[in-house]
Amino acid sequence: MNAIDPYAGERLKTSPFHPRQRALNVRDAWTSWNGYQFALHYYDAEYEYFCIRNACATYDISPMQKYEIRGRDAEAMLNRMVTRDVAKIKPNRVAYCVWCTDAGRVIDDGTIFKLAGDRFMLTCGSPCAAWLEKSAFGFAEVQVTDLSDALAALSLQGPTSGAVLKKLGLNGVENAKPFDIQHFSFHCHELRVSRTGFTGDLGYELWIQPDLALELWDELYAAGEHHGIHPYGEAATNMARLEAGFIMPGMEFNEALKTVRFEHDQTPFELNLGWLVDFSKPHFSGRRALLAEQERGPRYTLTKLDIEGNRPAEDARIYANKRCTKEVGYVTSAMWSPAVKANIALAMIETEHAQGELWAEIHYEKELRQYSRVVRCQRKDQPFWAPARAKATPPPDC
Amino acid sequence: MNAYDAIVIGAGHNGLTNAAYLAKAGLKVIVLEKNDYIGGAAVSREVHEGWIYSNCSYVCSMMRQAIHRDLDLSRHGLLLVPYLGTVNFGQGEERLLSYHDEEAAYLELKRHSPHDADAMHRFQADLSRYAQLIRKTLMRTPPDPASFRPRDLMELLHLAKQFWSLGEREIYEYIRFFTMSAAEYLEDYFENDLIKAAMATPGIIGTALGVYSPGSAYVLLHHVMGDVDGAIGAWGLARGGMGAISNAIAGAVTEHGGEIRICAGVERVLVENRRAVGVALENGDEFRSRIVVSNLDARRTFTRIMDRRDLPEGIYEKARNFKIRGSSGKVNIALSGLPKFTGVPDNPHLNRGGQAFIGTLETLERAYDCWKRGRWSGDPFVESVIPSAWDPTVAPPGKHWMSNFVQYCPPQLVEGPWTPKRREQFGQTVIDKIERYSPGFKDLIVHMEVRTPHEIEQEIGLTEGNIFQGELTLDQLFFNRPFPGYGQYRMPVKNLYMCGSSTHPGGGVSAVCGANAAREILKDLRCPNSVPEDDFHDE
Repeated sequence: MNAIDPYAGERLKTSPFHPRQRALNVRDAWTSWNGYQFALHYYDAEYEYFCIRNACATYDISPMQKYEIRGRDAEAMLNRMVTRDVAKIKPNRVAYCVWCTDAGRVIDDGTIFKLAGDRFMLTCGSPCAAWLEKSAFGFAEVQVTDLSDALAALSLQGPTSGAVLKKLGLNGVENAKPFDIQHFSFHCHELRVSRTGFTGDLGYELWIQPDLALELWDELYAAGEHHGIHPYGEAATNMARLEAGFIMPGMEFNEALKTVRFEHDQTPFELNLGWLVDFSKPHFSGRRALLAEQERGPRYTLTKLDIEGNRPAEDARIYANKRCTKEVGYVTSAMWSPAVKANIALAMIETEHAQGELWAEIHYEKELRQYSRVVRCQRKDQPFWAPARAKATPPPDC
Repeated sequence: MNAYDAIVIGAGHNGLTNAAYLAKAGLKVIVLEKNDYIGGAAVSREVHEGWIYSNCSYVCSMMRQAIHRDLDLSRHGLLLVPYLGTVNFGQGEERLLSYHDEEAAYLELKRHSPHDADAMHRFQADLSRYAQLIRKTLMRTPPDPASFRPRDLMELLHLAKQFWSLGEREIYEYIRFFTMSAAEYLEDYFENDLIKAAMATPGIIGTALGVYSPGSAYVLLHHVMGDVDGAIGAWGLARGGMGAISNAIAGAVTEHGGEIRICAGVERVLVENRRAVGVALENGDEFRSRIVVSNLDARRTFTRIMDRRDLPEGIYEKARNFKIRGSSGKVNIALSGLPKFTGVPDNPHLNRGGQAFIGTLETLERAYDCWKRGRWSGDPFVESVIPSAWDPTVAPPGKHWMSNFVQYCPPQLVEGPWTPKRREQFGQTVIDKIERYSPGFKDLIVHMEVRTPHEIEQEIGLTEGNIFQGELTLDQLFFNRPFPGYGQYRMPVKNLYMCGSSTHPGGGVSAVCGANAAREILKDLRCPNSVPEDDFHDE
């Protein structure tokens, strides 16, 4: 018998939390993320979505890319790379950022954790070691370390998440404001907790060294036993983030460095992220192009839509008239929102038409037959889901 | 002078919905509620400290999405959470588990009967077809079949068109279905007794019919035609209890400028020149208005708060004879922990869902026999759910509460009226039955609220505690609800309307009756319509 697995090179890696997650993945519904085996869902996507909205649930963010950037020039280097003013981030705070090419097109989005004056952590969905190295060029004292495999991370989201962390013994966690970072001792090692997440709800992210991951899981699940804790996968995440109005690579934007066709990538202004672009700070990648775009206005604008009827507008095209003769955009993500009871979508609309009448042509199938409907869309300025508890400090227990 | 455009009597969820739509249309509206809390049967109350019971209705599936969305009830705090998995308890160790996953559900049925596992597909397709047709009538005012008004003719034509689209064979089946019993209908599909019994239980819940009584097949349909987010037949819990639904609708009422007054029991509807002109309260206060809307059931509206002399001939008798029999009880139990059930795997998705303590089809029919004789069965059918296993807001962490709906429970006992002692004995019967399937259950009990038809009528004013505000039989459905000739929410006295479950489409926390009535009222007052259409037109 051959002891060597001939498929070893094709098998996916597993996250430090995998042994627990495998046991709970009743349906064996796996997908992958950055080379890691990753749950699509554990039991049922909608059930897990409701765990997020109604109780609390965990999402394994270990496969996310994590980089430590340290040194005297770390802040200056990051400030040169991202569009937001990194100098304004206070220690133990997190900031959401995007970074762009010189043409002002979005490479990726992510979060910067300011751990100390000369120490940051950058997290993002796709690997960006090469871009970080490029961005560090010319800065004498910066070390970039890829922590992706060296740091396990678990997101705990939902209305009872604060109560669970208190029960876990994290004294003072209730004082954390949104985007705050706190440090606790867990089995004599550091447990980093940030009040962050990707669901638009009350939630936290827990960062721990991989060899303590299973201890953390077990103690967290013991603490959450009576607070409805349950794992959730990619499908539920996608529902929650869309309700919160958060963007996803591969959905709302095409990563600029992977884009083949001219301007099939996006600018921060097109993604409605103009608030992340700070022209008052020193020079940064894409500044000139973005200044020009600010001047002339973005070609497209990412728009939140509340769509008539209950058929999700997946892949729908958007028109300026009911007869569908004037196409003005396309839907990037769409779903029926169980919490809000609305047919919601994010869509890229040509800016000059974004304030006018909007109609979606929705195609759907009923028992193998194809149907289509043209329905009216209403623009929304606020996130579809934004409960008060997400911002409350201290947050409610349930 | 207390002058309003509209007075709504009763702050049940339909009365509130009605008021919300009238207020939204710009009318000056007041809702008058006799209790010191709102919600009627869609209510949550902290009867025992730390525990919030849904005292009456306990789950929901008929709540119309279109209304939820239109009144923005999510913003007013409403979150409906579907729950999964029901365990049906048969005789001895026999269990039928309803898994959420289709494949798992199929394998479970196959374990009991390969025949029935296959037949389930046909059963569900047939039932969905019937349900679809009925669902399309929910948010529409029934046509008057004796009228020649264009609107009624058009509506009849619309219905006929829907009906014909079923195809000839199905039309015959459909008509047969409406008059059949649940048990006989299921006989067409299934052979296994527990499967039949489990599928038959929705046919008797809340009704004075047995599983073998003609008409119970429709009640079955009424209970499975709802949906949660398009999942037809699914049931959900309201976060915070059923009162969260009423509270959210009340939020919409006040947002649109409507007024809600509690501790304001209506003594009499004031009628002048054969028109309703206002109401007099039990405390003597009077309110005048252009129209009066009653959220009370048909019997109570015409025999309790109307002067018989104000009614056209025959109406009082119709109301008195309106079929509204009390047949159900409710036992709300606070528990110190989550009960465990014998023969059920320790699967959190399963034993946190619902429990149906059945026995056999025979058990259900025998329980009905007892009810007819003015007794409760020693082996009643109990449908339970443990909301706290899903909802972190209704019990302290680690503690639970269990809602137990009991079919049947007589409105009057053969040996005399309900007394606290007899009520306790009834509650004891229920927990004895649960204890048979969950040894040690009684040790978990912290507090119990036992409700017979008597308590339900006394507290929230449902005649005999009938949960549907009137039986759901063909003679009282659609254009016959509440009475033939009065199926369009307008009542025999001018400017008087009804908006409760005594009107089309009947019982259930759907908010439809209230919304439909508002649409008709606005038409009469020549106000622009503020009530949405259902969003299932592309189903």
